[in-house]
Amino acid sequence: MSTTFAVLVGRDLRLAARRRIDAALPIAFFTVAISLFPLGVGPEPQTLRQIAPGVVWVAALLAAMLSVTQLYATDLADGSLEQMLLVPDARLAIAAAKAASHWLVTGLPLVVAAPVFGVMFDLSREAIAALVASLVLGTPVLSLLGGLGAALTLGLRSGAVLLILIIVPLCIPALIFGAGAVAAVDAGQSARGHYSLLGAVLIFTAVLAPLATAAALRIATE
Amino acid sequence: MIWNSASDFFAMGGYGTYVWGAYVVTAACMAIEPILVALRHRRVRRELAAEEERR
Amino acid sequence: MTTTSSRLRLYRFASPATFYPLAGKLVPWFAAVAAILAAWGLWLGMLRAPTDATQGDAYRIIFIHVPAAWMSMLLYVVMAFWAAIGWAFNARLASVVARAIAPTGAMFTFLALWTGALWGKPTWGTWWVWDARLTSELILLFLYAGYLALVSAIDEPRRADRAGALLAIVGSVNVPIIYFSVVWWNTLHQGASVSPAAAPKMAAIMLQAMLLMTLAFWAYAFAVIFVRARAIALERDNAASWAGAAVGRTPAQTEATT
Repeated sequence: MSTTFAVLVGRDLRLAARRRIDAALPIAFFTVAISLFPLGVGPEPQTLRQIAPGVVWVAALLAAMLSVTQLYATDLADGSLEQMLLVPDARLAIAAAKAASHWLVTGLPLVVAAPVFGVMFDLSREAIAALVASLVLGTPVLSLLGGLGAALTLGLRSGAVLLILIIVPLCIPALIFGAGAVAAVDAGQSARGHYSLLGAVLIFTAVLAPLATAAALRIATE
Repeated sequence: MIWNSASDFFAMGGYGTYVWGAYVVTAACMAIEPILVALRHRRVRRELAAEEERR
Repeated sequence: MTTTSSRLRLYRFASPATFYPLAGKLVPWFAAVAAILAAWGLWLGMLRAPTDATQGDAYRIIFIHVPAAWMSMLLYVVMAFWAAIGWAFNARLASVVARAIAPTGAMFTFLALWTGALWGKPTWGTWWVWDARLTSELILLFLYAGYLALVSAIDEPRRADRAGALLAIVGSVNVPIIYFSVVWWNTLHQGASVSPAAAPKMAAIMLQAMLLMTLAFWAYAFAVIFVRARAIALERDNAASWAGAAVGRTPAQTEATT
């Protein structure tokens, strides 16, 4: 199963490399969305510093959800998803691989770009470090849950908006612990509790989401 | 009965708008929902009966 | 011999043909129970219970807010349970019941939020507070909305049932986690928000009224959900012989109202 996983991840990464513009869209959205907030609430540094954790996290969440429909859509359209599902017991590997490649293409760039946004919001060095750490732990959760949403809504007209509606409530714990970690550090407190809880959410999601996604794939295609 | 008069009851110690705003909407929802469901059921039965006639 | 025959007899209720007339007979009873308990509960709560020292008469909203909130949470779990049964055992009636529960559960969630806001304004000063309970209730509304949106978006009924079941199960598993995270979030930001006043020290008569109203809402839910389930069962199985018989055998004058 791990070879199926590796093969699929490699395939998705190569496909993303070929369509670099499409792969860059989520991070472009993220940048635009984040930049709207200072325009909306005013440039006062104190305010921006306070809202930064929440803004970055919500933008990450939305960017992840908007890009996740693509996970299965192209493969469904050209029939390769059906081919993949023909392989016995492949569903779990497919679910895990799709989530992993989504994170590598969407989540990881976010993590790498986070310090830039931290500076835009005048966050302290410690807060930026906390932001990066919380995103490292949290963006995989978003990719895993997004994958579940994509499998549930496979082939449906309503697509991304429906997916956001059904998956976002499930992302709320990650959002709370992730943004909370940065806010705690910004206030001079320890974020250890937040990291532990976020880590627990990650483990919980990493184990269960692929199983649920595999079941959703079966429901959507049988 | 702890109320001395009907107007006292409706005033709810000054909080009348809030209390009655809550109760009226609740009562309305719990009256409209059964009606809508019953209408849905009746519609299905009618359509089905019509189909049975044609068979 | 008795075990197999009694088990077989129980399985009869899994068939829409048996469920339909049985539910039809039960609905008026549930409706009557709901009306009686509500009348009793409201009499106690609105006419007999004393005015609260701190909140005045505004507290009387509790007699519909708390039952609505409890029902909203209970119905979500029950819906997930029946959806899971329908998925696991391929029992279509169970899925029908789950689909029938969702709109009523969503309605109670809305009422919990509405009455909560109206209770909040006079007691805490604002129409909305982001306290743990109200925020969790709002998230529960999103969960119901998500379920309803997903099952409506899928045209094929069995796929809709199963996808909805999976979503409801995932939702149920997450509800404790979401609630915990919201409580965590709320306690951390305690300084910023006004801490809402706790429910008033409950005199026995207040508790009694609340319990009666909860049971009344419970009976109401049974009645409405059963009627909706009957309608859905008919809509789906309209080609089945039991459906034709159910509609044809019972003339207009007997089963007209439900």
